[in-house]
Amino acid sequence: MWNGDYFFLLQQMVVKDFKIRYRNMSLGVFWSLLNPLILMGVMTFVFTVLNPNNTIEHFPLFVLCGLVPYNFFSVSWNNGTISISNNAGLIKRVPVPREVVPIATVLSTCIHLLIQIALLLVMAIAFGRGINWHWLWLPLVWALAVIFVCGIVLITSALDVYIRDVRYVVESVVTVMFWAIPIFYYPSPAIAARFSYVFDYNPITALVFALRLILIDGQSPPLSLLAKFALSSCGMFVLGWFVFRRLKSRFFDYL
Amino acid sequence: MNVIEFNHVSKSFHRSAGQLLLRQYVADLFGGEEKNPFFALKDVNFHIGDGECVGVIGANGAGKSTLLSLITRLAPPSKGTVVVNGRVAALLELGAGFHQDLTGRENVILNASLLGFSRKQAYQLYDSIVDFSEMKEFLEEPLRTYSSGMKLRLGFSVAVNMDPDILIIDEVLAVGDQGFQNKCIEKIYEIKKRGKTILCVSHSGLTIQQLCDRALWLDHGKLMLDGPSAQVVSAYEGR
Repeated sequence: MWNGDYFFLLQQMVVKDFKIRYRNMSLGVFWSLLNPLILMGVMTFVFTVLNPNNTIEHFPLFVLCGLVPYNFFSVSWNNGTISISNNAGLIKRVPVPREVVPIATVLSTCIHLLIQIALLLVMAIAFGRGINWHWLWLPLVWALAVIFVCGIVLITSALDVYIRDVRYVVESVVTVMFWAIPIFYYPSPAIAARFSYVFDYNPITALVFALRLILIDGQSPPLSLLAKFALSSCGMFVLGWFVFRRLKSRFFDYL
Repeated sequence: MNVIEFNHVSKSFHRSAGQLLLRQYVADLFGGEEKNPFFALKDVNFHIGDGECVGVIGANGAGKSTLLSLITRLAPPSKGTVVVNGRVAALLELGAGFHQDLTGRENVILNASLLGFSRKQAYQLYDSIVDFSEMKEFLEEPLRTYSSGMKLRLGFSVAVNMDPDILIIDEVLAVGDQGFQNKCIEKIYEIKKRGKTILCVSHSGLTIQQLCDRALWLDHGKLMLDGPSAQVVSAYEGR
């Protein structure tokens, strides 16, 4: 029915979200840098000054490799989940393809994600980890993470239209994920081996592992990790697409 | 050729007193008949041919907006089938996608993309949209500084410039000032003359008679009368 220009629409929606978020702020995109830097400082203080037993090298960089993916995940998942309900006016009045709304919300978070990735790379260089060809993996692992988040947001945003409690479930899960994703710790080898499927098939954890290997250890992520990462990300996207298609026809009735 | 066909269309909604519970959603998702739904439209049957200009008249809550949301495919019918051929431009609450914090110019382009313009079309038509709205000097201001009449001008200008096959006008002309109203009506006549199909929704008999040849009268979701607009309007007003 709606046979317009999909990419033009998506681009306009992404730019709109981004502009609205920053237009009325004096510091603008600096907020994207400030938040991870503050958390990195706090965690480094807690885990190296208050707790000097810590043996993890390059701790600030180590933490930042966890924080940037986690921040992206939490902001985009939370915002994406409520995107359909929050844009009820649009959904009920304009026959735009519905998928565009949650996906544009996720992609607009990617704009400040880029700023944070730039911060991460600058920090990696500042810690003496020079640029090397393993960095070529970065676009791929980030793309896989974005695909994963788009998939999960398609599911939760559609469910949130029917059951508004979903947004609070998502909020709680995001809080738990802060501890479940190894942001400021290494899982002990025994645990990591026993629960490797939990860590490897969770795309955000896989992203954190991959980033640390690339940026701190100067290695390529192992193919086994990438394969599981790709499988769970693409799987989630396909699942999200089908769930959304099943649920979208009745959005009008429930908004 | 029929541009719009409604074959025994019904549209029902839940009677929800406040919050619906999980149980009801689940029951709904897996199908099953609801015991006592509210019918916004009940067994509505009509065909609109190419180039017709049809008014839809009815009191508040008669089902006019539901009818339009079915034509624009925003909602699926509960029963029956809806067939629509051609590109629909709906002036339902003009500027539905407008955002308060964006400037007029940004909103025009955003709205164009929502209505299905391509990037090329949007920028090509931008000048004629702006000219029609007569709002050139305010376009760099954020929309929250606009009056409702100014927003109407902008929204109307975008919608009529997309060259639709079917134009839907929902009670929107009431907001603009006299000068702009006349301009809109002229534009609608021009679109009509080009042989496009127009659907005009109102609860004012005058607007319908002025614009349309044929009218549909809806009352509590039922199609009461379908005929020449003068006849339908007098029946509606004498009810």
